[in-house]
Amino acid sequence: MLTVLLAIGVLVLLSLIFGAILGYANVRFHVEGDPIVEQIDALLPQTQCGQCGHPGCRPYAEAIANGEAINHCPPGGQATIQALADLLDVEAIPLDGDHGEETATKVAVIREDECIGCTKCIQACPVDAILGAAKQMHTVIADECTGCDLCVEPCPVDCIDMVEVGVTAKTWSWDKPQGIAASSLNIIVTDRQSEVAH
Amino acid sequence: MAKASTTTANIFSFHGGIHPAENKVQSLQLPLGRPNLPNELILPLGQHIGQASRPVVAVGDYVLKGQTIAVNNGFLSSHLHAPTSGTIADIEERAIAHPSGLSDLCMVIFPDHKDQWIERTPLEDWQAKPATEILEYLANMGIVGMGGAGFPTQVKLQGAHKNALKYFIINAAECEPYITADDMLIREKTQELISGIAVLQHIVNAEQVIIGIEDNKPTAIAALNALLSEQNSSIQVAVVPTKYPSGGEKQLIQLLTGQEVPSGQYPADIGVLCQNVGTCVAVHDAIFHGQPLISRFTTLTGDALKAPQNVEVLLGTPVTHLLEYAESQPDNLHRLVMGGPMMGYTLDSAAVPIVKTSNCILAATKEELPPPAPEQACIRCGMCEQACPASLLPQQLLWFSKSQEHEKAEHYNLFDCIECGACSYVCPSSIPLVQYYRHTKSAIREAREANVKSDLAKQRFEARKARQEAEAAEKEAKRLARQKASSAKPAAKTAAPKAAQSAPSATPGISDEAKKLKVDIAIGKTKLKKAQKLLLEAQENEHLEEIKSLQLKVTEQETQLASLEDQLSKLTPAPTKAEARPAVSDELKKAKVDVALIGVKLKKLNKQLEETPDDQELKEKVAGLETDLKTAQATVEKLSTDSASSPSPAAAPKAAINDELKKLKIDAAIAKAAVKKVEKALKKAEEIQAPEVDAIRQQLKEAQQRADELDKALANPQAVDTSSAPAPSSPNADTEKKRKIDLAIAKAGIKKAEKSIALLKEQGKDDAEIEASEWPKKLAEAQEKLAALENESAPAQAVEVKAEVAAPANADADKKRKIDLAIAKASIKKAEKNIALLKEQGKDDAEIDVSEWPKKLAEAQEKLTALEPNNDNSTTEKNVEKSPEPKVAESPADLAGQIKQQKIAAALAKAQINKLTKRLDSEPEAADSIQQEIAATRQKQQDAEALLAKLTHSQESL
Repeated sequence: MLTVLLAIGVLVLLSLIFGAILGYANVRFHVEGDPIVEQIDALLPQTQCGQCGHPGCRPYAEAIANGEAINHCPPGGQATIQALADLLDVEAIPLDGDHGEETATKVAVIREDECIGCTKCIQACPVDAILGAAKQMHTVIADECTGCDLCVEPCPVDCIDMVEVGVTAKTWSWDKPQGIAASSLNIIVTDRQSEVAH
Repeated sequence: MAKASTTTANIFSFHGGIHPAENKVQSLQLPLGRPNLPNELILPLGQHIGQASRPVVAVGDYVLKGQTIAVNNGFLSSHLHAPTSGTIADIEERAIAHPSGLSDLCMVIFPDHKDQWIERTPLEDWQAKPATEILEYLANMGIVGMGGAGFPTQVKLQGAHKNALKYFIINAAECEPYITADDMLIREKTQELISGIAVLQHIVNAEQVIIGIEDNKPTAIAALNALLSEQNSSIQVAVVPTKYPSGGEKQLIQLLTGQEVPSGQYPADIGVLCQNVGTCVAVHDAIFHGQPLISRFTTLTGDALKAPQNVEVLLGTPVTHLLEYAESQPDNLHRLVMGGPMMGYTLDSAAVPIVKTSNCILAATKEELPPPAPEQACIRCGMCEQACPASLLPQQLLWFSKSQEHEKAEHYNLFDCIECGACSYVCPSSIPLVQYYRHTKSAIREAREANVKSDLAKQRFEARKARQEAEAAEKEAKRLARQKASSAKPAAKTAAPKAAQSAPSATPGISDEAKKLKVDIAIGKTKLKKAQKLLLEAQENEHLEEIKSLQLKVTEQETQLASLEDQLSKLTPAPTKAEARPAVSDELKKAKVDVALIGVKLKKLNKQLEETPDDQELKEKVAGLETDLKTAQATVEKLSTDSASSPSPAAAPKAAINDELKKLKIDAAIAKAAVKKVEKALKKAEEIQAPEVDAIRQQLKEAQQRADELDKALANPQAVDTSSAPAPSSPNADTEKKRKIDLAIAKAGIKKAEKSIALLKEQGKDDAEIEASEWPKKLAEAQEKLAALENESAPAQAVEVKAEVAAPANADADKKRKIDLAIAKASIKKAEKNIALLKEQGKDDAEIDVSEWPKKLAEAQEKLTALEPNNDNSTTEKNVEKSPEPKVAESPADLAGQIKQQKIAAALAKAQINKLTKRLDSEPEAADSIQQEIAATRQKQQDAEALLAKLTHSQESL
């Protein structure tokens, strides 16, 4: 009987100690905000285009943290979906076509002689990448433009074009090699067998 | 191997490396060639690492040899010079020597074949010059590293200058097969090389200067040693064994110093600077001859060339021109490579120009450079690891690259890979390892750039959001400040009723409890009204805390009022006087119904007004209905008094006089309404701190004066009437009528003028404009006329009233008293309001005392107290009518009227209940008090309904 009581006592004591430690750790290492949202937000392309249906990337990050699908971001494309899937340990699903297709990086270009200086695009730009004043010509700071498309619709004279950012010698990157040539798969007998096994 | 016999430096070793066929002999058979000028020179603006240069000449400009045609475009950039004299034919996109085969912006020069130099300014006396000046000079001469990367020399030297340098290493290893350009350069320009090294050593001041050269260049080594010993120079020559890639910067440093450049660091971090021999010669040419970097040594080799050789070629010379010069055989040419076979890249087009970093053109036949064997699966043989000069794990890197595990690849130091190709060279499975690494490197770089860009976008987005929020907050703060300013007034107002409360209690001489109660009720009603008004205002402005407290106040006052009324009804004795009444005329019934109808309408409108407080139209409607209501009530009152008094033949003329009196009363009421309106306008003006406040106040005073006058006029004849005994009636009714009409017209004029002025003020016109308009004048005129008419009519009325028969005198006096009482009450209310207003305006007590209002208040209260006792008589009579007791119902007609009354009362109670329930929904915080009210009202309704049932029953029984 004594042993049982002793065991219970020891366990109670231990649980109290660990509870105290956990309680202290909870206070001491308290994390403000939701760190997962930060991580998700860091993976999103920050175009702030709103194609996901949220007013900016961070709201979408919050929505993902609350269980929204990860495939609503056309600017990020499959790469972003993959990164989000890795982060959240979920399956990488194909991009949801309802929110748009993944397109090449674009940049807004104002046909400046047609601009009437209405400042509507300036108000629409989520990253302040358009310069100009009322009744003055506007222009896009190409380096700051995220290609989000939001300035195109408000333009009353349709003088904004979304121009694909071409590959220059500076931005060019090496292609990925073809991989193991199909012909070379026949060289080794076991390779062929494994193919059959499939 | 003539190894290390001439060297004084220790030679170390590096991991890995390979020994491919050298193939260096072919291009050394012929002496240095100097091709003639091509038809055009193509000079890409980005021949170096960093920002592309910025052109400083325009298309069509004539440029001299050595003239600067483009300048540096930032810190990591370089100048560009015309390699020969000629015309700038174009600045356009041309195919450049790049693995991508893409085009880039190039300057095209059509040579004039005069080769006319610009005036050259060598840097005299460079030994005495500070390093910075020499560096600037070198930058202006467009010197970049000529080993392969094209790093701007001045930037590299600047970086090295910061640390104390232990070794200054001259890279003459030239480890890649086929290439002999540096070998030839050393042979041809030994003296220039040594001078260039001397200049650079002067700048960097290293402890040791070592020329690292592979042992496969004996002629060059011999030439160097001969010259150095001749000059007795301290520069050492370190001959390293031939092994690819000993010419790699980090590998050569390791070979010569035994030190490894740590991952992610630069040679300068361990006190080493490395420069290519070509760069040293270019430095010499610049310093001693004032000659910018416009030409370089390039190897033309490969089995597809009949005359492989080294050439000193002007930058911008198209490769086609050189191939022609070296007698290429297009039929045999299988692959054109810029650079060596290990690290070079295939050129898609032969039209690309030679740039500052082009050290070799390899025109290979199919046998020489066969197409790569098909890639096979990695067999994990580990040969790549053996060959890697950077001590990496190529196999692992391959896996990570294939599976796009960029983080892991980085973790395995992918970026330490120098892309030498040794691993691919040794791979038995012919895996293009380097291409995988290059791809992964660019993917990682792209991701990093995208990250930087997205961070920037995020930053800008957040900055924008913060800015917008700040703007919104500022607006909100301003709005709140305005609101606070306006809500501070109602707060001051609440103090007013307290003063008013104390005032009646102070009035002495009232012994009768009922009187006191009535006064209390009146005050309570005023307070309630005020509190409701405040509540409405608060609701409009969405002041939550205020709404709560005000609601509490309202309900409190309502309950107080209810209890007071209850007390009063108990105190006032139940009407016992069962006066024989004549049948209540249909007219009276109709009038009563009218009153009820108008009351309901008014309520409805008020409710609407509550919802849309800004609706001017609605307000006007309400005002109109209020007047209608008053008229109707007056009619009812009159009729009831008529019916109360015995219908005598003399009643007819009396009724007519009553009509006139009524008109006068209505006028007085209208005047009062006008006063109220002006007061409201004043309040509004004060709220918005309009400049016309004073003018409005003036107007208010005038309006009040007029109202007082009217009151007086109204009181006068009646006073005469009550005081003087019945007198013979006067015959001059016609003139009297005319005067009255005049009076009405004058009043209408005043009203119109006032309205117009108010309208003008509302429209924000300032005083001057209003003054300029004709309205004030009209107002004054009309008021004058009115005053005159009233003076006339007062005695006349008095006479007329005197002429009345004595019979209805009682009723008349009663009514008059009531009116007086109401007037007095209104006066008190007005005075209180004005005092409150003054307080709101921040006037202190002294000022308020000085103003006429306290006096007026006292007067009005006195009047009220004087009138109250008189009123008692009338209350009894009033109670007869208002009493719910059906005892007095004797005639069926009377009964019908009472039934109707009860019906109306029940309907009203129901409406109130509805309203309260609605409020209960909208204001759950005041639920308790509202519930109480609802209960009370329900009680009332039930009472009314019970009475109604009784009455109907008695009617039926009748």
